[in-house]
Amino acid sequence: MSYIAINEQDLRKMLKSIGIAFPQEVFSSIPEELRYDTLLPIDGPLDEESLRRRFAFTPSKAVFAGGGIYRHHIPAVVDSLSSRQEFVTAYTPYQPEVSQGTLQSIFEYQSMMADLTGMDVSNASMYDGATSLAEAALMALRGKGIRRVLVARSMQPSYRRVLKTYLASISDVKVEEIPFEPSTGQIDLTALEGAIAADCAFFIQNPNYFGVIEPMQRVAGIASPRAGFWGITVTEALTLGLFDAPGIYRPDVVIGEAQSFGNPANAGGPLLGFFCTRKEHVRRMPGRIVGLTKDSEGRQAFCLTLATREQHIRREKATSNICTNEGLCALRAAIHLSAMGPEGLREAALQCAAGARHLMALLAAKGIRSLLSGPVFHEFVVPIEEAKRAALDAERIVPGIPITGDYPELENAVLVTVTEMNTMEECRCLAERM
Amino acid sequence: MPGRTDVARFPEVREPLLNLRSALGRNKRLIPSPFDVPEMPDLPVSTDLADLPDVSEVETVRHFTRLSSLNYGIENGMYPLGSCTMKYNPKIAEAASASLRSVHPADPAAMSHVLECLALLQKYLGEICGMDACSLWPAAGAHGELTGMMVIRRAVDMKGEPRTKVLIPDTAHGTNPASCTIAGFATESIPSGGDGFLTASILKEHLGPDVAALMITNPNTLGIFEREIREIAGLLHDNGSYLYMDGANLNALLGVARPGDMGVDCMHVNLHKTFATPHGGGGPGSGPVLVKSGLARHLPLPLIKEGESGSYTLSWDGPESIGMVHSCLGNVGVCIRALAYILSLGPVGLPEVAQAACINAGYLKSRLSGLYDLPYRTPTLHEFVLSDRLQKENGITTMDIAKSLMDFGFYPPTIYFPLVVQGALMIEPTETEPLEELDRFVNAMEEIAETSRTNPEELHGAPRTTPVSRVDEVWAARNIVLTWSKRES
Repeated sequence: MSYIAINEQDLRKMLKSIGIAFPQEVFSSIPEELRYDTLLPIDGPLDEESLRRRFAFTPSKAVFAGGGIYRHHIPAVVDSLSSRQEFVTAYTPYQPEVSQGTLQSIFEYQSMMADLTGMDVSNASMYDGATSLAEAALMALRGKGIRRVLVARSMQPSYRRVLKTYLASISDVKVEEIPFEPSTGQIDLTALEGAIAADCAFFIQNPNYFGVIEPMQRVAGIASPRAGFWGITVTEALTLGLFDAPGIYRPDVVIGEAQSFGNPANAGGPLLGFFCTRKEHVRRMPGRIVGLTKDSEGRQAFCLTLATREQHIRREKATSNICTNEGLCALRAAIHLSAMGPEGLREAALQCAAGARHLMALLAAKGIRSLLSGPVFHEFVVPIEEAKRAALDAERIVPGIPITGDYPELENAVLVTVTEMNTMEECRCLAERM
Repeated sequence: MPGRTDVARFPEVREPLLNLRSALGRNKRLIPSPFDVPEMPDLPVSTDLADLPDVSEVETVRHFTRLSSLNYGIENGMYPLGSCTMKYNPKIAEAASASLRSVHPADPAAMSHVLECLALLQKYLGEICGMDACSLWPAAGAHGELTGMMVIRRAVDMKGEPRTKVLIPDTAHGTNPASCTIAGFATESIPSGGDGFLTASILKEHLGPDVAALMITNPNTLGIFEREIREIAGLLHDNGSYLYMDGANLNALLGVARPGDMGVDCMHVNLHKTFATPHGGGGPGSGPVLVKSGLARHLPLPLIKEGESGSYTLSWDGPESIGMVHSCLGNVGVCIRALAYILSLGPVGLPEVAQAACINAGYLKSRLSGLYDLPYRTPTLHEFVLSDRLQKENGITTMDIAKSLMDFGFYPPTIYFPLVVQGALMIEPTETEPLEELDRFVNAMEEIAETSRTNPEELHGAPRTTPVSRVDEVWAARNIVLTWSKRES
């Protein structure tokens, strides 16, 4: 298939206008010795039916995996509306007069994220939760006298890895991990108290990677007065519709992953990083931001704003290098929140919590107990024998994510997640086979 | 006033913010409820419902449908944003990848097939670029640049060399210096030559023992092929430095010339430009990074491994890697669409893309260069840059020209960039524009040039047919209203 419209007649007219005889002459400015004269060793062309067959992916029968990427109900309107070409095929809204649809919907996304997190402002999106954390650390390090980054060991391992990758370029900054209580899975408050100081940026995830809900009042009691900068990471955005907004703990940033809002698992991406902060930090914030304004006739309008932070104006002095982010995923989140409403969001979250407790009870009846005793939302850590996991694999049942590689102290551990997309029957099946 | 066209005219829609539609009890959605909800005393449930709009489904649908009608997309008409490669996004890429959505990345059986596809895309991008190894995890072009510069940084550090500086030509995208800064490098801007490309002799003046790399875009943002790139690469390599290439403009080279053959050591490509995946109004994109074999061990983790049984898995075994750059596998969905695009074209179709992109651009340039100032006479490939020098005599600026194009049903070109041209209009039609659309654009540009002489005032008032008139960006920056709530700063 070719998507080029030029026919022979067009070509003649165009070549004549350009002043060349043969189409290949358009490449005359590329030195001969740099031309590639052979056919590329790739397949194709393929027709549409062949392409459909080639990309037919089949998920397993029952999936209890989460770990920062969650399968949730997505109302049909989300796909329908977000697939409108005016949204899908537009560029970053540099020309606001013909981009009000993108701009207003992102402004609405920012508004809803600020409300849900209890923070003053949100940016237009980040690549994912992990890069959102890394950018938050870079933002903290641009502030006064911060030289150490403390991160809870119960923070999602891939987030800690990305953080280390980003901070490796800054030679005099140390990343330290705050351990968790081995019995509860909650953060070790004594260790936190011992480590935290004004030269620290501190980041904690709630609920944490084990699904355990952290004692946020007590954490905030330590972090707020003593850390130079601190942030709460949320990887399950659905909790924002159920718990108190994290902003009540007065962190500097609330950041993380909002894939749960209307974006499918997508085999791992695209995801939707979010980044919310307090108004005093807004000029240090990374990423695109949409602001309200007016047009020349005084009518309400929206445009990208605070551009003097950004790479295309500030170049090497920019607050981040972000250009393209996850605009369409943010639009999906806005539509999803509109379609779910406050009660729908809460009901979905309650279903997840109830489902996790249901499966935990089934497993407990078989003598399989959580390795960590802290209160959970919709994920928990249980031991599983290798042989049983292999048997489940063969049946195409995914019991969860093996986490012992990242946490050797938790033997044969698997992180099990239940959402409203699982069924009682699936839970029964899994419990029976474990 | 300029003539209107019969396409892409905006309906007169004004849509209030969503929160103004909210009223208690409007939303009656039924949530899937497989479980009985017990008392959960250990769950810290808030006493208040989240502060979100409460609207019915039909209100949601109308709200976002009306918002969509305020936007301009590729399917409305030509979108000649230079260096953004806004080509038609084939529907089949979207349709063929639809089943990916329900795959969880921790589902090993389903992921084997996904990883097989990703491994194939890595191989194909390697062939297209003439590079040895590829990582698909960067989620956007700037993320790819950052990853690539981190790879170079790691290589330099492991050699124990105090190379702290990256050279960047003055025609470069703003993301280049910004990415270098985050990767821990200082940057130095170097001038391109009078003909619009970097010469080996200019580079020589700036090379020193502290130079880690040169970051070049080829063809550059003037649309000009960097014809001395081989000599430039040679100078860099002799100096122990690397050549990085920003692949934003790879569309001009597809199947025709390979950066690897030019001496490039490390580069990124933008799947949402060259490989026709939609831009989404600002993402998701994808910015795979490619390297020569000497840098491969520094590529980000995880690595895709093919097992003996033909199954594909991920490996975290890479002691010299820069580490992870994304929480999972980057924008997998975008990668699969790009692979579908490559396969749909095949080895014959890809070079046709580059050729048609250059013919379309060359045709537009030949038609417009008398009407508008062409600051560089050097031959160009897939895009070219005009300036407003001629129109300025009548007080008409590039901004006026750009806004006037909207009244003819076009998205404007990239403006005021590259910085080396005052009042730049950077035009990239891409290969998918039919001749009629190009002619329509020429007619619009002719009429604007004519109006700038006869009635310049008319153009200052543009656009007139868009949902809003010229937007006051200064007011936005001064007043900083970023949310609808009372908390706005």
